[in-house]
Amino acid sequence: MIRLSQNTLLTALLLLAAVLAPTVLAPYQLNLLGRFLALALTAMGLVLLWGQGGVLSLGQGVFFGLGGYVIAMHLKLAGLGPGEAMPDFMVWTGLKALPVWWNAFANPVAALIGVVLVPAVVGSGFAWLMFRRRIDGVYFALITQALGLAFATLLISQQAYTGGFNGLTDFQTLFGLRLYSPAMQRGLYWLTVVIVALVFSGGRWLLTTRFGRLLVATRDGANRVRFLGYDPTPYKVIAFTLAAIASGVSGALFTLYAGVISPAMVGVVPSIEMVVWVAIGGRTSLAGAIVGVLLVNYAKDQISTVLPSFWLYVLGALFIVAVTVAPKGLAGLSTARLGRRAEKAA
Amino acid sequence: MTAETLLRIDRVTVDFDGFKALNDLDLALQAGSLTVVIGPNGAGKSTMCDTIIGRVRPSTGRIVFRGEDISRLPEHTIVARGICRKFQTPGVLAGLSVLDNMLIAAGDRRWWRAFGHKPDAATAEKAEELLTLVGLQDRRTAQAGELSHGEKQWLEIGMVVASGCELLLLDEPTAGMGASESRRTADIIRGLVGRKTVLVIDHDIDFVEQLGGHVVVLHQGARFTEGTLHQVRSNPEVASIYLGRART
Repeated sequence: MIRLSQNTLLTALLLLAAVLAPTVLAPYQLNLLGRFLALALTAMGLVLLWGQGGVLSLGQGVFFGLGGYVIAMHLKLAGLGPGEAMPDFMVWTGLKALPVWWNAFANPVAALIGVVLVPAVVGSGFAWLMFRRRIDGVYFALITQALGLAFATLLISQQAYTGGFNGLTDFQTLFGLRLYSPAMQRGLYWLTVVIVALVFSGGRWLLTTRFGRLLVATRDGANRVRFLGYDPTPYKVIAFTLAAIASGVSGALFTLYAGVISPAMVGVVPSIEMVVWVAIGGRTSLAGAIVGVLLVNYAKDQISTVLPSFWLYVLGALFIVAVTVAPKGLAGLSTARLGRRAEKAA
Repeated sequence: MTAETLLRIDRVTVDFDGFKALNDLDLALQAGSLTVVIGPNGAGKSTMCDTIIGRVRPSTGRIVFRGEDISRLPEHTIVARGICRKFQTPGVLAGLSVLDNMLIAAGDRRWWRAFGHKPDAATAEKAEELLTLVGLQDRRTAQAGELSHGEKQWLEIGMVVASGCELLLLDEPTAGMGASESRRTADIIRGLVGRKTVLVIDHDIDFVEQLGGHVVVLHQGARFTEGTLHQVRSNPEVASIYLGRART
């Protein structure tokens, strides 16, 4: 008989459950689950960057937004009726012609490439500028937060090009198919499951390579790594870029589920929320991050329905509890429990 | 001795506002040798290390490493030339295993070669050899942060050697160690003789005896005398400045 480790078995069962979910869930619930799984990509990026690399980014919303806006621009263009030259909000703001950079994403393949490439280029450029000058720790976190604020402000101020405060919404078709047909929603969900599974296994592989070890070494003591003759900059730039790409894809999928992307989803508060998911789930664990995203967002959905203004307090309280009681999050708690059980058994 | 001189301290004076921490100091280290510098507190032992590594600049004189004057080079350039100083606090990578520490110290520094599991054969062999040299081959899977103080020091000595350093400056490597740990540290350092040049600063005479290298006595920033520990010890003048006080 083939012996499977408990973890492998659990992963397989969860994957099976995730694949079969559309058969039991109502369309709204399926949309919600898919949306949360899309957010899990951002969380896994943060595990790599923050948990393993020790780089706290409070600006993941920027990359989430870049991915979201790229796909949204494509959806707006794809939804244009015959004779329409540009999306309705551009007409209202008095724009005469479609901006050139919008046109770049008219092609669906270009849009898909853009979802990955735009966050990658912005992320790696930003990270290289920062890490090359050894900007680190709290200073780096504050600069990323400022980046989030600036990005959201820019989006709001450039209403003619970005849809302003309302963002981009009212999507109809994707690749010539109706976006909100049940078949499309199921396909989108399965696509999300596949991407999450790929990123999860890719992340696990990456963390066990020499790259992963050097990332941890840099987290524990950048000067020691330098003293051994390594330059920590490329390792951190790569981790930041990968996290940015994960956020970009995450934002694009989320936009497809939510049917809207707006500055409210990319600014300071959502960026902090992303960090909270990971803090609660366990910042050094990819699986923990997924669980954190699902739990926090399910709680958010439930609580916001009943008491919309109450959610932020709950979020703040959860964060404080996570940091003080369980610094390694839920994943840390479960490892500690397993450890105790193993000790008893021994 | 036919061995080439790796490092030469050439009439170096370090002046701290009139106080001469080093006073016209001359010292030569042969490649592959082991030199132990002893001396009473304030004799200038640590200043000598600081000067070699570029932290303190000589007021006059120069420091020649492999025939090149390095006394005006920035610290990191000196490190890159192959001089490493191990500080008293251990500098291991706490979150990684002992083996991973050694593999990183021995490994390829180019980041694009980091995407794989298996280290190249040369790196693996070097790491293995140094693990054995520092006696941690049975601790390879332990987390470096969980090692004892002595084990951390040994691991770091191994890492410094693995990272391709030619001259090791060890400033009180046995600080905070018990007698058996000190003995093992001496064994490890002796194991480096011939392949690396080692300069040890210590004032634990038992440890110096176990090391058995060439002993230099520093006093008031200058070389007072040198020889084997036995020769140094039997010199009555040395006893009067240092050993005498330590022995009574």
